[in-house]
Amino acid sequence: MAHLEVQNITKSFGTHHALDGVSFNVEKGDVVALIGPSGCGKTTALRIIMGLETATSGQVKVAGRPVSGCGHDRGMVFQHAELLPWRNTLSNIGYGLEMKGMKEPELSRTAMHYLELVGLTLAKDRRPHQLSGGMKQRVGIARALAIDPEVLLMDEPFGALDSQTREGLHGELLSIHAKTQKTIIFVTHDLDEAVMLADRVAVMHAGKISQIIPIELERPRLDMRAIRTSAEYSKKRTLIWEALHDAGVSAAA
Amino acid sequence: MTTDTEIQAPARVERRAGQASWTSTVPAWVITTISVAVATGLWEFFGRDVNPLLGTYPSAIIKAFFSMLQTGRLQDALIQSSQPFIVGYIVAAIVGIPVGLLLGRYRILESALGIYVTAGYATPLIALVPLLILWFGLGFMVKAVVVFLLSFFPICINTWFGVKAVPKTMIEVGTAFCASQTAIMRGIILPATIPYIMAGLRLGIGKAVIGIVIAEFLTAISGLGGIIITSANSFRTAEMFVPVILIMVLAVALTALVGWLEKYVAPWQSEITGHDSV
Repeated sequence: MAHLEVQNITKSFGTHHALDGVSFNVEKGDVVALIGPSGCGKTTALRIIMGLETATSGQVKVAGRPVSGCGHDRGMVFQHAELLPWRNTLSNIGYGLEMKGMKEPELSRTAMHYLELVGLTLAKDRRPHQLSGGMKQRVGIARALAIDPEVLLMDEPFGALDSQTREGLHGELLSIHAKTQKTIIFVTHDLDEAVMLADRVAVMHAGKISQIIPIELERPRLDMRAIRTSAEYSKKRTLIWEALHDAGVSAAA
Repeated sequence: MTTDTEIQAPARVERRAGQASWTSTVPAWVITTISVAVATGLWEFFGRDVNPLLGTYPSAIIKAFFSMLQTGRLQDALIQSSQPFIVGYIVAAIVGIPVGLLLGRYRILESALGIYVTAGYATPLIALVPLLILWFGLGFMVKAVVVFLLSFFPICINTWFGVKAVPKTMIEVGTAFCASQTAIMRGIILPATIPYIMAGLRLGIGKAVIGIVIAEFLTAISGLGGIIITSANSFRTAEMFVPVILIMVLAVALTALVGWLEKYVAPWQSEITGHDSV
């Protein structure tokens, strides 16, 4: 039994089918990227898994349990971090824990642990507007990880960052994954991000998964430079590019 | 050619920087003080030539102020006016803020009741005072009700629109982490709405001031409004201006108090916007 099972989910808005039968399984500890052009339904799929939207039909199971609505078995990282501006870094990280019902002193201790994990100990007392974009998203990741979810869901988490910061965070996420072994699903439209981070890349087009491409790069992926120059990297990058391109051409035709 | 522009460019930058430093080093309060002093001086100078029935000037007002203080008339009037003012305004805040929060949060309430709030805000409520007198008499109660009615709507409507302005994704953070409805309201919507609530409270002060003065004109003539109307009716113009200016000063002070309160309850707000609220 897979850790996360997405079974034939569809989503219609009136006559428009945002998702048209999407199914995939994710094994425990695997990282899956959903990639595709804007409007292909990748974000909708992620939001349904999170329970922010309900599927018109189909089912999502986490660790064998069907999900409906929110749940602390899934942790969400938002596109623009979405930190609460009146909370400092530590208390933003602790938000999910508070909602989970954790009390002091355990709350602060746990939040502190994740603060250290993302390397923001020095920014503990700062408010979000005093943090850079990259730091904000690290807080977003720590907040989602802090509730110790079965699955980490990330909606274009690095899309709004400049490329240097983005690559820094790729390294960070790879090392976090190496430490925590979390199951991760993330949405992206960055080819390099997909190949670098994922074990499998699901290429989506018009509400369907058109291809699932496995990335056979060893974990832990600590040497990003070596990975980038490897044959597997360029091979899979080309393969995904072609999959996206083919879908784009058939859409335009 | 290239060397010319290279040499000239820094000189121009320096001059611009010099100009900026002159206007930015004088503190704002100094400019305000000079402006008020000049305006008062002009009023004093030209006001003395005006028929005392039709106009007055600052030193005459100050004289009237001290003689009214001595008789105790001003203090009594201030106490009389402030009681219904405070009660009416505080009740308006206590009712208006939660009603606004609920209207903004729940679509059913908004569709069912929002129309009355919008209508109430647009209605010239002062026109209802004769009817309110029939219901509540001529004393304390009717004045408090008038103050309440006038300040309730701006407070409520601002809170309501403030809730509507909270980004959807911010609420989704609560939803994604399984926050209860109460936790979303208290932990996300309320803090995010504070700037709007404070703006409503500030507008409410202006409306409440109008409310108390008009109420004192139209009901039992008393308080600061009472002094205004009796002085005006007996052509004691300088005396009339004493409560007018006193009310203005108090209203400005109360508005500043709300600004201070905002900095106290929502310190992140002025940090983000980078400037102090007045």
